[in-house]
Amino acid sequence: MTGALRVLEHHLTVYRRTWKGSVFMSFVSPVLFLTAMGLGLGSLISRGPVRTVDGVSYVAFLAPGLLAATAMQSAYVETTYPIMARMQWLRTYDGMLATPIRVLDVLAGEFGWLAVRLALSSCAFFLVMVLFGTVHSGLGLLAIGVAVLTGLAFGAPIFAFTATQRTDTSFALIGRLLITPLFLLGGVFFPIHQLPQLVQGIAWITPLAHGVALARGLAVGAASPTAGIHLAVLLAYAAIGIVAAGSTLQRRLVP
Amino acid sequence: MATPATDANALIHARGLTKRFANLTAVDAIDFDVGRGEAFGFLGPNGAGKTSTMRMIGCVSSPSAGTLRVLGMDPDQNGPRIRARLGVVPQSDTLDVELHVDENLLTYARYFGIRRDVAKRRAEQLLDFVQLRDRARDEVEFLSGGMKRRLTIARALVNEPELLLLDEPTTGLDPQARHLVWDRLYRLKQQGVTIVLTTHYMDEAEQLCDRLVVMDKAKIVAFGSPRSLIDQYSTREVLELRFPIDSTPALDKLDGLADRIEVLPDRVLLYTDDGEAAAVAVHSRGLQPESSLVRRSTLEDVFLRLTGRSLIE
Repeated sequence: MTGALRVLEHHLTVYRRTWKGSVFMSFVSPVLFLTAMGLGLGSLISRGPVRTVDGVSYVAFLAPGLLAATAMQSAYVETTYPIMARMQWLRTYDGMLATPIRVLDVLAGEFGWLAVRLALSSCAFFLVMVLFGTVHSGLGLLAIGVAVLTGLAFGAPIFAFTATQRTDTSFALIGRLLITPLFLLGGVFFPIHQLPQLVQGIAWITPLAHGVALARGLAVGAASPTAGIHLAVLLAYAAIGIVAAGSTLQRRLVP
Repeated sequence: MATPATDANALIHARGLTKRFANLTAVDAIDFDVGRGEAFGFLGPNGAGKTSTMRMIGCVSSPSAGTLRVLGMDPDQNGPRIRARLGVVPQSDTLDVELHVDENLLTYARYFGIRRDVAKRRAEQLLDFVQLRDRARDEVEFLSGGMKRRLTIARALVNEPELLLLDEPTTGLDPQARHLVWDRLYRLKQQGVTIVLTTHYMDEAEQLCDRLVVMDKAKIVAFGSPRSLIDQYSTREVLELRFPIDSTPALDKLDGLADRIEVLPDRVLLYTDDGEAAAVAVHSRGLQPESSLVRRSTLEDVFLRLTGRSLIE
């Protein structure tokens, strides 16, 4: 897969020019969220009758879920507009495909790059979690991997969809109808079991609830008996998405 | 269609080459061969099938039917190996607008697996070649259209290709920029690079191409050197007449003045071997054209003859 590495190298060259701002933002967002929601809202909860959520402080409950949800959001952003740009607006892929690079290399390079980006921002997020004292177990480190996988579970199917689009109009719709509702209702801010049965069912069909449950279990050190299922769902979404993306991208770039 | 029997040396060999999309035949069973060191042109209006043909040669589009060999290999089997030896200048630039001019060449070289130090040396030479050395550290976004085109050409040369494919290399450029591009392409040809280009500019084809095919509606309608095509399909000279608006005379008034007459929206073309004599004859019939011009036949006339339409509409 040297071709894929060269695609990755291209993205790194471009990233070299913007990495400072991007890394800075990867720290700002978790600090803001954990301060406002975790400490601000959390202090209200800690003074209430329950005091904890699922047995831990609210900020400790919130942080790993937010880690997974942030990866979902980054993956959504990375696999819509920038892919459209490289595919159609800037025709970066056409340039690559005029060389020995193949569609498969483009695909592998893109997902490799997505994984790198998700890993970088998740590491930053994790550092903030450590500073807020929300990592209760050494296994918590694995939550970074779960976040990357959650991102891929969304990014891969969205990429497959993006490769079929001629305009960017549907991307905002994905944001409004899928990403934002999941962010709010996918178990990040409160336990899913508080929701009506139907909404719970919907939440468990999507990858986010599984990523959140897995990351939370690792961070607070309470391994869930259903961890295997969560992992399997995430892997299935990512794998099926990547295969689908391979097919739609091939049809798009080499008609 | 007469094609030379030089298949053994042909860099590109196509027989019955066809490209179909869902409800459209973009290229309809065309035959051609391109020999080493040649400058070969595909001439035709937009939608004639030129770009589809170029994409098949460039191994980024699979033929629907027929035979295609590029550098002696089958694009379906050996796409990456063929592309490693091609240079491609696409119709619209695919430059990395987020990168500097020199970075564009360096990253592109890496796609071919060219070592960084070699790539650096070549990038410098190529920037000299396309006269962009002093813009090396500039953002691509701020280059003019002509400069971007030259950078695209430089990028296509970074792997020292044997075969250079150019899809409308000078469309949209001002005359000065076009002449600079033509000059560079001519130098490459002198260096032995085989050049295949598409164009809808007659002067470009006449300037650059040893041989060309004229395409129209997915088919090849004529084939030969620019000179031979003109000899075969047109007269030596053309008399162009412009009449005041709405007063173009009936065709029968011009009857017998030329071998062939074409009436275009804005002018009338009289094909004859002696344009001056025809001009005199026009006046002697009492016709008062606003202007008259005698010129030599060009490929535009060939195209008009073959398709009944002018090339750029």
